[in-house]
Amino acid sequence: MKVIIDNKEIIANEGETVLEAAKRAGLKIPTLCHHPRLSNYGGCRVCVVEVGGMNRLITSCTTPVSDGMVVTTDSPKIRETRKTLLELILSDHPNDCMTCDKTGECALQDLAYEYGANVKENPYDGAMRQYPTEDKNQFIIRDFSKCILCAKCTRVCDEVRAVGAIDIMKRGFYAKVATSFDGVLDCEFCGNCVDVCPVGSLTEKLAKGKGRTWETGKVDTICGYCGVGCGITLHIKDNTVIKVTPTEKESVNNGALCVKGKFAYDFINNKDRLTRPLIKKDDKFVEASWDEAIDYTVKRLKEIKEKYGSNSIGGLSSARCTNEENYIFQKFIRAGIGTNNVDHCARY
Amino acid sequence: MTTKPKIIIGMGTCGLAAGARAVFEEAEKYIHEKKIGAQVIGVGCIGMCHEEPLLDIVMPKRTRVIYSRVTADMISKIIHSHIQKDKPEKGHVLSQMLPDDGANPYPSIPYYEEMPFNKKQHRIVLKNCGFINPLSINEYIARDGYEAAKNVLFSMKPEEIIDTVKRSGLRGRGGGGFPTGMKWEFCRKAEGSPKYLICNADEGDPGAFMDRSVLEGDPHSVIEGMIIAAYAIGANQGYIYVRAEYPLAVKHLKVAIAQAREKDFLGKNILGSGFDFDIDLKQGAGAFVCGEETALIASIEGERGMPRSKPPFPANKGLWGKPTNINNVETFANVPQIILKGADWYAGFGTEKSKGTKVFALTGKIKRPGLIEVPMGIPLKEIIFDIGGGVADGSRFKAVQTGGPSGGCIPAELIDTHVEYESLIAAGTMMGSGGMVVMDDSNCMVEMARFFLNFSTDESCGKCVPCRIGTKRLLEILERIVAGKAKENDLELLASLGGTVKTASLCGLGQTAPNPVLSMIRYFRDEYVEHIKDKSCRTGTCQALSRYIVNLDTCKMCGICVKGCPVDAIADGTKKTKKPALIDDEKCIRCGICFEKCPFGVIYTKGAKKAGHVKEGLSEVKV
Repeated sequence: MKVIIDNKEIIANEGETVLEAAKRAGLKIPTLCHHPRLSNYGGCRVCVVEVGGMNRLITSCTTPVSDGMVVTTDSPKIRETRKTLLELILSDHPNDCMTCDKTGECALQDLAYEYGANVKENPYDGAMRQYPTEDKNQFIIRDFSKCILCAKCTRVCDEVRAVGAIDIMKRGFYAKVATSFDGVLDCEFCGNCVDVCPVGSLTEKLAKGKGRTWETGKVDTICGYCGVGCGITLHIKDNTVIKVTPTEKESVNNGALCVKGKFAYDFINNKDRLTRPLIKKDDKFVEASWDEAIDYTVKRLKEIKEKYGSNSIGGLSSARCTNEENYIFQKFIRAGIGTNNVDHCARY
Repeated sequence: MTTKPKIIIGMGTCGLAAGARAVFEEAEKYIHEKKIGAQVIGVGCIGMCHEEPLLDIVMPKRTRVIYSRVTADMISKIIHSHIQKDKPEKGHVLSQMLPDDGANPYPSIPYYEEMPFNKKQHRIVLKNCGFINPLSINEYIARDGYEAAKNVLFSMKPEEIIDTVKRSGLRGRGGGGFPTGMKWEFCRKAEGSPKYLICNADEGDPGAFMDRSVLEGDPHSVIEGMIIAAYAIGANQGYIYVRAEYPLAVKHLKVAIAQAREKDFLGKNILGSGFDFDIDLKQGAGAFVCGEETALIASIEGERGMPRSKPPFPANKGLWGKPTNINNVETFANVPQIILKGADWYAGFGTEKSKGTKVFALTGKIKRPGLIEVPMGIPLKEIIFDIGGGVADGSRFKAVQTGGPSGGCIPAELIDTHVEYESLIAAGTMMGSGGMVVMDDSNCMVEMARFFLNFSTDESCGKCVPCRIGTKRLLEILERIVAGKAKENDLELLASLGGTVKTASLCGLGQTAPNPVLSMIRYFRDEYVEHIKDKSCRTGTCQALSRYIVNLDTCKMCGICVKGCPVDAIADGTKKTKKPALIDDEKCIRCGICFEKCPFGVIYTKGAKKAGHVKEGLSEVKV
């Protein structure tokens, strides 16, 4: 079907939203609560656009395209409405960007700048929610004063993780994202809620104060914890990993991570971490070169096999290897050594 | 025609609140003790809330006589005189109903139907309320009940029903006014199975009790309407979403559903027609937003009651993602009558675009508050003055709020407005579900807007920004205006923010929440300017803006006000000082004690046009 967005004729797909069609056409519509992996919500309203023949503004993230639809994504009325919406959000927001870990990658900050929201003399300043920050859990700092109720965290927890550890409690101005009975967060700690939070309401405890986004190098890599091979981005400052996020590129995990991939990265810079092979000599481990280590291993395996037979040897590998690596390993043990004594933590 | 004397007592929530339970028990006790062969029956609200508790007596072959404001200690006198001597107890008689079936009227008792409260009413939805025992399916059946359901199940095709409802011009009585027949057709034609039917009984506007009265007084009419609608759209399962705060309505519905199942009007293969339909009750937990259809559906599904964007509409994706049709209680209650008497008959009432009748809950500063049903298009004037009797003597009608917290006010100068969907929207308000809160010149229009906005702010679910934060900020602006702390540009801010909340909110709650304040600014701008610029409230409602002043010429120097003042803000004013009382405005906390205590009425409030209005604020409005 054909739709006209900002005087541009676009071929849209059946069932597509106005936002999706506009995005494909290269048009930018601001959003705060929209996330392509989550159900459409329509809560923040900043993606409002005008549709020909309608008095009210409609949210592009929830409205499906229809044939012949004429859409305007930018007009004085739209800009004014978006600005008012941003000022309303900012009227109940600490606006402490100077010390906020999210600064520089905060969607609210970016839009406030783009729309020239009046932060200093906000016409809508008034009462603010007074909910204490929850940081008693191990991994996540939950600062409710910064929460914009976009519900990305509750949706990712429910729709992607199928955990449902959090939902919205209370209503109206005092609505709050909470666990059952509003307690300390005690969940799987996959950290996906942190990854989708557009503002500084949910942040990584381990990364607090370690560096601003513009100070860190971003390295895309594959998580080494298991064979799934999730795409991750390491945030590095001074040659130290200070944070891990799911990679924004297309990857097998599609933006999701588990507690290990997300938070268990402190081994990388740990002083106890092995970086070279060790060979036990006179009851003591001594550093060796890779060639030396491999030669020694081959030699010993051969000796043992000859003296005690193949079944005296067993192989244990790790789920942290890829499927291919584990396949080769069992092949080596079975065909090379000649025994079925092979296993690993996730079983063959 | 009755063979035994009948004693009929209004046992709706309004009657019970006025003390009908004690009257009922006393009547039963009395006839038992005196061995009088009479029947005592509890019925729903007949509409005259201002005359409750109501007790009616019908003697064989005589007209039904209505006693008003009955108390338990009047029972012996009334029954003794009326039943034992066949002489109505004149002291407490209100009226008698027009004779039917050759009943013999009593001389010199006015007719109920000709009373000003009833004369301009026409009862279709309320035809059984106050006339039948709502706990008896047989009484409903005796008044043509379930005839329409039988007709459609055995002699009409679903399309014919939809066509009939379309031709009748019936529009959604929940407030939106969407043509009912069209809504049914969308759902009938929608792809997907099974289909669901929902009755929205989550009436929550302050000052509205139409649906409650129908459910309490005539639950079967709603069930029958649902059977017909279910057959028309092809649904086999229905839900009634009723608020838990309506315990009597819930009880009556439970009984009615059980009776309908027993009589084979609900369940598998209804009356052998091959059509299956059953109804479950779902009790709401008191969130106003759950009256919005998508939030209501989420609530039935066990989710948090939050609305979602439409489209998709419930007709295509409703309950459990299946095609669903939702109508309001009053809409369903109209349906059996439309089927029985025909679309043309129904369309004969009302105006070109608004057909039939509408039930209103008339409350506020009105002489005769109550539940009324009038033909669409009736001038507002006739509702307020002819039916409601106008405002209290000595005060002036100022405005009426229709549509509750989602509607707006209609000022006295527009009293000739005809009550129909379009004309009310043109006046800046809406039909709503039928609440009418009448205001007189003692009501402050800033405080009134604050009251309604406070409700909407409280009831916002918090999903979307304009409603969650916008209504809160609108409320804060109004709060500072009534507290005398208004800023120069607050009126402009109200208007512009109100506009954004209306255009940008997700659901009907936010889209209509600014209506009361915007319409009150439209018609009563002067009052807002007075509050903001002059820091005065002409009605004396806004205490922070009141200045208590002693009339120095007439002060009797009795010293009562001086003693009563809790903050010692009054100097002199005693025989000793020989000077009239003087109130120190800096110290005064506007508690109003001096004003109330002054036996000579020499203390007045500046700004208030009329002394005596200070203590009459919103607290007196029955909402």
